[in-house]
Amino acid sequence: MTTTAAPPSERHYVRFGRAERLLHAGLMTSFLGLALTGLPLLFSDMRWAAVLARLFGGFAVAGRLHRFFAIVMIAVFTIHVARVAYRIFGRGEAGLLWGPGSMVPQPRDVRELYEHTRWFLGLGPRPEFDRYTYWEKFDYWAVFWGMLIIGGSGLILWFPATFARILPGWMFNVALVVHGEEALLAVGFIFTIHFFNGHLRPGKFPMDLVIFTGVVSEREMREERALELERLRSEGALEAKVAPPPTRRQMRTGYVVGGIAVGIGLALVVLIIYALVLGGH
Amino acid sequence: MALRFLRAGAVALVLTASVAAQSTDRPPANDDCLACHSAPSAARATGQPVVVLPEKYAASVHAPLACVDCHADLAKVTEFPHPEKLARVSCSTCHEDVVAKYDLGVHARARRADPASPAATCVDCHTAHEIKAASDPTSTTYKLNLVGTCARCHGDPAIISRGIEAGNVPASFHDSIHGRALEKAGLIVAPACGDCHRTHDILPKSDPESPIHRTKVPSTCGTCHAGVGQLFAASVHGGALARGMPSAPACQTCHTAHGIQRTEREGWQLGAVEECGTCHAEALRTYRDTFHGQVQSLGFARIAKCADCHTAHAIHPKEDPRSSVSPANVVATCRQCHPSATENVVGYDPHADKRDRARSPHVYYVAQAMNVLLAGVFTFFGLHTTLWFWRGFRERRSPAVPEQRNDDDRGAAE
Repeated sequence: MTTTAAPPSERHYVRFGRAERLLHAGLMTSFLGLALTGLPLLFSDMRWAAVLARLFGGFAVAGRLHRFFAIVMIAVFTIHVARVAYRIFGRGEAGLLWGPGSMVPQPRDVRELYEHTRWFLGLGPRPEFDRYTYWEKFDYWAVFWGMLIIGGSGLILWFPATFARILPGWMFNVALVVHGEEALLAVGFIFTIHFFNGHLRPGKFPMDLVIFTGVVSEREMREERALELERLRSEGALEAKVAPPPTRRQMRTGYVVGGIAVGIGLALVVLIIYALVLGGH
Repeated sequence: MALRFLRAGAVALVLTASVAAQSTDRPPANDDCLACHSAPSAARATGQPVVVLPEKYAASVHAPLACVDCHADLAKVTEFPHPEKLARVSCSTCHEDVVAKYDLGVHARARRADPASPAATCVDCHTAHEIKAASDPTSTTYKLNLVGTCARCHGDPAIISRGIEAGNVPASFHDSIHGRALEKAGLIVAPACGDCHRTHDILPKSDPESPIHRTKVPSTCGTCHAGVGQLFAASVHGGALARGMPSAPACQTCHTAHGIQRTEREGWQLGAVEECGTCHAEALRTYRDTFHGQVQSLGFARIAKCADCHTAHAIHPKEDPRSSVSPANVVATCRQCHPSATENVVGYDPHADKRDRARSPHVYYVAQAMNVLLAGVFTFFGLHTTLWFWRGFRERRSPAVPEQRNDDDRGAAE
């Protein structure tokens, strides 16, 4: 992986469209909102939990905010699924179901994990990746699955009387456990693994702005997604992806918004670890 | 001081000279006594005043009595001024029954154990020469004045430190619902000290005959709180108390004895949950694992707490048809907050325990599965991330693989 300094007129390519960035922004905002208003319940015996709950105007207000953010997240989820369904069934984009442009786990992901691990251990060269890497697919499906589980159990807890008509009573016990544990998994994963893989690891630090600006530089493409670059070039699809570099304003916004999100997330991780160590959870 | 003593002596001499002059076999009349004792300066050699104000005495219940009826040893004295040292007045001469009761009480016991004890005698509460009926609003023993009378000793740090175990009880009573009703609202039906402790035969709480012995507290409180008293007596707590279970609660276990708060107060309601938990630790732990308990733990009272489901006083085992959480009643109990709750809520366990497979199998297995999932994900990606981080740093430090970032170029097109 040799690189040279990017030339001043370095080309940039579109990675995420406006809709995808907006959906991520909605997801990010609602996720943070849900975490901030939900975690106090999960760690209700901790002093910081009571402080956080009071900060949001008490339990009733925090609960209302939690439901508001839940609606935002459900909307993001629904729009995303509808878009994917439209692209597959309406526009016949079979590439979303299989191949390098698909989020579906494939044999290549196992191979790339194996090669990546060998590189970690100094046993081989760094593998080259295409549009979606195995850890990005895990991020995606973890969130996808998480939204179904947390969203489903959350709705059960939100409308207990309605669901009690069809569900046995013990399901509410289970729903609460699942909602809390899965939320802990989601929060822990996003605020540590996703932040690290996406932003904080050497090479990305302090932040990968692609989700905010939508574009990546030629150099980054070569470094991070050489296979995609070559594939697009050979398919003749590369030129259509050329985009102007991000403006300073876009980058500044990205750093501020991303920095706030990462800051809140890491602060919550510290509080959770503190609770896990001291609270006996 | 010396001057005052001299003056008092002079007054006494002048006045008693006239008394002595006309002395016969008749005992001295009240006016004879008051001739000296009505003077504001009348005092013993020690300086201790021995003043009896005629108008106050005349307003007291003992006004028809002669001084010598109580100070009987003065009846035969002919020489005045009489010796300072007189026999102790015995109230039992007339008030035999009351003194007999007093002799059973803690004040008499304390004085028997230690003659120097400051424990109250008759006059400490009733005064010596200004005694009024307890029904008289100006009496020291009138209900609205009684707390202040008791507090003269029981609120005095110097006396409390000499062995009043309960501490400064009037201080907590003042802020209690009883204290506010009595002292602020002037409710004559509110209890003063004597209503629970009695007035003369005040027995320690360790005495099984005492109205404040733990087994007697429910009936003592029930004197006024009759409805609650009946519910409690029939409850699992009341039954255990009556059977003599040492850990069974009485009223004051939850409500405290003197600092009793309004149960509507949020702070009291939140604290009551902890109070239940001092005995029912497991129930509190499993409650805290539920939504209700989590919200309560955050400090919000508008959520189901112990008493909201189990009731405060009519607590019965779940198997008892009278219980608010018995199968027959539980739906109605849930409907207090969840109006559209159906029969299915019977299957919900407000004390589900994810550690207890026998009690909560669904929750137990789901929690186990979630633990495995969490442990698996975090172990795998924790390792993955750590290795990546380590490798990433090595690559960056190694001069063999130079890599630069030049963010300035990325923003060059602005």
